[in-house]
Amino acid sequence: METIVLRNVSKIYQTGENRVMALSGVDLTVSKGEILSVMGASGSGKSTMLNILGCLDAVTSGEYVLDGHRVSDLAPNELADIRNRKIGFVFQGFNLLPRTSALENVELPLLYDRSHRIKDPRKEAAAALERVDLGSRLDHIPSQLSGGQQQRVAIARALVTRPAIILADEPTGNLDSRTSLEIMGLFQDLNREGVTILMVTHEPDIASFTERIIEMRDGMVIGDHRVLDRGDAARDLARVSSGSPPGSFPETVETEAHTR
Amino acid sequence: MKTLNLFRAALTAIVRNKMRSFLTMLGIIIGVASVVALVSLGAGAQSDIESQINSMGTNMVIIMPGSSDFGGIRGGRGTVKTLKLKDVDYLREEASNLTHVSAMIRLQEQVVAGNTNWNTSVSGVDPEYLSIRNWEVSAGRGFDRREVAARAKVAVLGQTVVEELFGNADPQGSRIRIRTVPFTVIGVLSSKGQNAMGQDEDDLILVPSTTALYRLSDGESIDAIMASSVSEEAIAEAEDEIGEILRVSHRLADGEDDDFSIRNQSELVSMATSVTGTLTILLAAVAGVSLLVGGIGIMNIMLVSVTERTREIGIRMALGARGIDILFQFLVEATVLSLLGGILGLLGGLGGAYLLGSAMDTSVLPNIFFMVAAVFFTSLVGIFFGFYPARKAANLNPIEALRYE
Ligand SMILES: Nc1ncnc2c1ncn2[C@@H]1O[C@H](COP(=O)(O)OP(=O)(O)O)[C@@H](O)[C@H]1O
Ligand SMILES: [Mg+2]
Repeated sequence: METIVLRNVSKIYQTGENRVMALSGVDLTVSKGEILSVMGASGSGKSTMLNILGCLDAVTSGEYVLDGHRVSDLAPNELADIRNRKIGFVFQGFNLLPRTSALENVELPLLYDRSHRIKDPRKEAAAALERVDLGSRLDHIPSQLSGGQQQRVAIARALVTRPAIILADEPTGNLDSRTSLEIMGLFQDLNREGVTILMVTHEPDIASFTERIIEMRDGMVIGDHRVLDRGDAARDLARVSSGSPPGSFPETVETEAHTR
Repeated sequence: MKTLNLFRAALTAIVRNKMRSFLTMLGIIIGVASVVALVSLGAGAQSDIESQINSMGTNMVIIMPGSSDFGGIRGGRGTVKTLKLKDVDYLREEASNLTHVSAMIRLQEQVVAGNTNWNTSVSGVDPEYLSIRNWEVSAGRGFDRREVAARAKVAVLGQTVVEELFGNADPQGSRIRIRTVPFTVIGVLSSKGQNAMGQDEDDLILVPSTTALYRLSDGESIDAIMASSVSEEAIAEAEDEIGEILRVSHRLADGEDDDFSIRNQSELVSMATSVTGTLTILLAAVAGVSLLVGGIGIMNIMLVSVTERTREIGIRMALGARGIDILFQFLVEATVLSLLGGILGLLGGLGGAYLLGSAMDTSVLPNIFFMVAAVFFTSLVGIFFGFYPARKAANLNPIEALRYE
């Protein structure tokens, strides 16, 4: 059953005289429980698409249907609640609150949860940080953390609300290969628990841990591949620990033609 | 977001920029402090005046010759001679609402004792006068009815007169001369200090009313009648009664104006109060202006703060904050800021009032209701001036706020 449907979506940025067509006629369907990566050169529109999927930005034309609702029909408060409960977003630049502890950063989305599903936000936030291996850094503020650690705080913040969908913009961009494997292991775990995961990445290695790769160029989806030999991050992590090199570029197969 | 979290976030933001927060609050602090200090001091001064006036005898009623009608042509002081000693007797016998009645003959005389002399006021009064004024004799005794009837040449001295004429010596039994008449000092009044008008209440001599009237004055008219009513509540009734008795005594026909006037202490109190009332209105205006200026300062800083924290707002919105959450966050911050300023101003104002009060030796009377109102009003100022910046923050678009550099 599809959770995300983009139909002929375009996004135009108008800055003064300049018109930038960041997305042009994108079609995309993501089923519940899928884990997929979006690849493509810098400036190809990956972040733009992710922002739209995350209900942060609106389409210029076309439609975005999320779990049967046209997002453009939803009121700002409904969008806020979707961002809060349904979607966990990992930003490319982390976007942590400065001068605020890791724990408080991760707790933040729970404080905006009107349903109060989670009884003890503090405890839940600590557990999420534990899950990304930062249990010993709860009181550190972002400037006291390395890039990789900040990245993991951002990931903890995205999963603390137990969202149905996680959208991650280059979540392993700042991580060494070992930590990257840990994060991918975490994503694969979450995916096995039923979470739909869509992530942007530059690294074929990382993409090989997902089941599907969307390829983008110039604001268009030019390829949609199914990963044939999907890696197991936990297994690779064990292998890295014992000294063997990780796998090479993933073998894929073209599933649909994208020649717009 | 829960209220507790909102306040915590607001306090965090305020504490993060301590110096700036303090400077922002300064307008409110100064406004509230000055008003609280002035109102406390003003109320203290007013109560000082009231208690001084009341110390002259709360139930005291003064009857003076001449009409209270200010129109028409009236003679100068002492030219109206309508009050007589028999009026005092009538009032004593017939006024059921009066407890004490005393005649009063006022003179200003050169008094001689041995080779020193002193110019002071000499009052001819009856024994009841001490009760009417709540005065006490600290040494010796006051004169009695018999001495009044006998026009005895006895005198009771005020503390200042004793000091001027006798220094540290005990004046009892000594002889003094008022004009050419020799008197024997039989007692000394306890010290009373200055009265509400700043006059020395100890610079006087009391002698029997008859002695003053027949030996020092014209033997006909008295200057005033002092009386005390049975209670403060009965003053109005007492005044009516006095009016009726004196009209009969003076044989005034119906429709004829009173040839005397009656005053009481509460009139003096309300006169003093009306002065402070004007002052209070002035203070309220000062308070209003300073709170307005303080509020604009808060609005200004909140606008800067919203711009500075655009990214933070974007992050919060991306994580699911609704516009109203952001609105409340900044509104609470502005309110806490001005409330804190109000409380600091309150404490500073009280401190300043007690400091000034002890320096100027006046009472300080903080008004709880006023202080609560001041703090409540400062929080209103915060809400009012915080609203525009807060709404500006709440209306930001999440993605644009996130991209803000
Ligand atoms: N806010 C914006 N205003 C104007 N142009 C933008 C904005 N955001 C992105 N773009 C442009 O849209 C295109 C796609 O950008 P983006 O989605 O960030 O690419 P990617 O994430 O794949 O590197 C780029 O050409 C970029 O310059
Ligand atoms: Mg990008």
